[in-house]
Amino acid sequence: MALLHARNRPKDNLILRGARVLDPSERVDAILDVRIDDGTISELGSRLDPNAHRVIDGAGLVLAPAFVDPHVHLRTPGREDEETIASGTQAAAVGGYCAILAMPNTEPVVDSSAVLGSLIERARAEAEVPVGFLAAITKGQEGAELSEMAELADSGAAGFSDDGRPVEAPGLMRRALQYGAVTGRPLALHCEEPTLSRSGQMHEGTVSAELGFAGYPSVAESVMVERDLSLAAFERRPLHVLHLSARESVAALRTAQAAGVAATAEVTPHHLFLTDESVRSLDSNLKMNPPLRSAEDRASLVDALRDGTIQAIATDHAPHARHEKEVPFEAAPFGVTGLETAFSALYTQLVEPGILPLETLLTRMSAGPTAIYGLPAPRIAVGETANLVLLDVGASWQVEEEGFRSRSANSWLLGERLTAKVRATVAAGSVVHEA
Amino acid sequence: MGDIRVMRDDLLPPAPTERRHLLSIADVSRDDIERLLATARSFSRSLEREMKKLPTLRGRTVVNVFYESSTRTSSSFELAAKRLSADTMSIKASGSAVDKGESLKDTALTLGAYDPDVIVIRHPQIGAAHFVARVTKAHVVNAGDGKHQHPTQALLDLYTLQEEFGRLEGLHVAIVGDVLHSRVARSLIQALALVDARVTLVGPPTLLPRGIEALGCETSTKIQAIHAADVVYVLRMQQERMLEGANYVPSLREYTARWGVTPERLREGQKVMHPGPMNRGVEIDPRVADAAEALIETQVRAGLVVRMAVLYDLLTTGPVGVKVEALHEVA
Repeated sequence: MALLHARNRPKDNLILRGARVLDPSERVDAILDVRIDDGTISELGSRLDPNAHRVIDGAGLVLAPAFVDPHVHLRTPGREDEETIASGTQAAAVGGYCAILAMPNTEPVVDSSAVLGSLIERARAEAEVPVGFLAAITKGQEGAELSEMAELADSGAAGFSDDGRPVEAPGLMRRALQYGAVTGRPLALHCEEPTLSRSGQMHEGTVSAELGFAGYPSVAESVMVERDLSLAAFERRPLHVLHLSARESVAALRTAQAAGVAATAEVTPHHLFLTDESVRSLDSNLKMNPPLRSAEDRASLVDALRDGTIQAIATDHAPHARHEKEVPFEAAPFGVTGLETAFSALYTQLVEPGILPLETLLTRMSAGPTAIYGLPAPRIAVGETANLVLLDVGASWQVEEEGFRSRSANSWLLGERLTAKVRATVAAGSVVHEA
Repeated sequence: MGDIRVMRDDLLPPAPTERRHLLSIADVSRDDIERLLATARSFSRSLEREMKKLPTLRGRTVVNVFYESSTRTSSSFELAAKRLSADTMSIKASGSAVDKGESLKDTALTLGAYDPDVIVIRHPQIGAAHFVARVTKAHVVNAGDGKHQHPTQALLDLYTLQEEFGRLEGLHVAIVGDVLHSRVARSLIQALALVDARVTLVGPPTLLPRGIEALGCETSTKIQAIHAADVVYVLRMQQERMLEGANYVPSLREYTARWGVTPERLREGQKVMHPGPMNRGVEIDPRVADAAEALIETQVRAGLVVRMAVLYDLLTTGPVGVKVEALHEVA
């Protein structure tokens, strides 16, 4: 059963001319031409003969394996006013992604093969880049009964998650881990202890004390991370931790990995970029779950991303209708968009100042997430399907509300000036974006 | 016909000045505070005259929008505007379009269409006043937004202290009770820090927010810590904000026994303040509330002149606070 689905489109014949080809997993870093025949990389070299192929000039640009986003909310079914499979995958193409995974907290929840099947069918009709779907761990994500995970896996679930909420009962979490041996698909966990985070609006610390917001303390995340890692160790099962935000969680993850637990984790661009200080603006586009945390937490996440404790960058792209975010901070829903800005944001904040090597960023946005979900990694090598992104790391642009392909514009970067822009995206052998 | 377009320089509209608001004490400087208190004092003298009304803000419009019940704040803003001859309009959430589900944005835009000079807003959600400032052209005064800020309360408290002690610098104020849920406490701590007063927060550990010391205060969980203070500022136990089963305190009875402000716990001559409304017998003993040392009625009187000063300042003189730094204009 294929895990990724997209509409059928003609494969392209192309020459990508003279870019700096950078694929850390293939140990390639050279100025090269890349020939693509019928969507497959057929030759790497210099001064390749176009032979009637279309030529895209890559001089001065970086050509890398395209990105994979393991954590997107496509709001379909139920909130197609906020995002559809078509608009979300168009946004992904603009962001340089050749594949994305959608979370199952929709209306209805993706907890049956009927709902999953209808999504896959729709993706085959309208997805611009391949998309995979996670299914719920528990029926209705209510944390009471397991969903029919084996059947869902057979029907093409890329993994399982109750994202948006935790699996509260430890006994049920243990059963889900045990049953994971049958499905063979990863469990992706939203770690939040609800009695500790209840009514919390932002990170609990000096800023929340000053602003008066109910706090969502770091420990609300880390006790749940610790619990789930303990259960995974006991059951000898792998698990994936979604959107890590607290340094205590990073420490727990590091300890568990050192003890041999097959635990992976992801982090969002906004947690790598911002801290709770920015919430002082009371801008509802800075409200997300988990919340922006302290400068020490941010530094710890960057360290963990650099050393590989955290394997993947995930946008947690969470579109919201304009009128739902145009309210006082306290009344606004959690969540921000991110597909179209992730690379530029992280290049600007981490690579340009020399905090993170470009190679590491590229790996965590591509090979990292695919390894977690057992998907083929995009590679720049002869015989591989072309999944490529052409990056202009010298470009400077301003994030504007009008510029998004996503149906929603609740970006935490509105008005910000960023360095680096995605110039072209090739997904599954077809050019899906050019700018 | 062409010469109709020629305008004399003095007929051109004035260059747009930066819109000014009073949203948070975090935005004001010590100079702002001193200027506002001085203005309030001059209004206080004018109110002693037989003819209490001043023509200062004639032709200006002040709109009060209250999404939460309030006696003191709404009445004193209304009277302050009237004493300055402004036209006023007061809107309460109940009985308005808010009852019909109108969003804050639409309410703000509707009121903004009348071109009011000032919108005074109280709202249960943090950030509501900032939000209104982003979507309207009026000067906005925050009359309380959730647990965040209540800047005019802090200013009237400083005014009261200044009148009583003749100084603010070096005063020691103990703030007792539910700091966690108190916008009054947050504004007052910041205001006292600005004028170099000393602040000690006293209350159950569950009601002292983690990290609050960063605002420039010390904390204690022992009621004896009020002893050294010049003034004991008693906060209301906000039962309506206590979530069911949240267990901030085991019971009000236990709270009162441990942290209630009683005559026995006060020093001779120690002054007592309370922002109101009081829960007599809970956070404050009725004997304390009625004693000569209580400055509670003085606070209410100060509220009028301080709010007159705020309206006057926003519409006539130098900056109170800063412009709203929106990441983007939502208007």
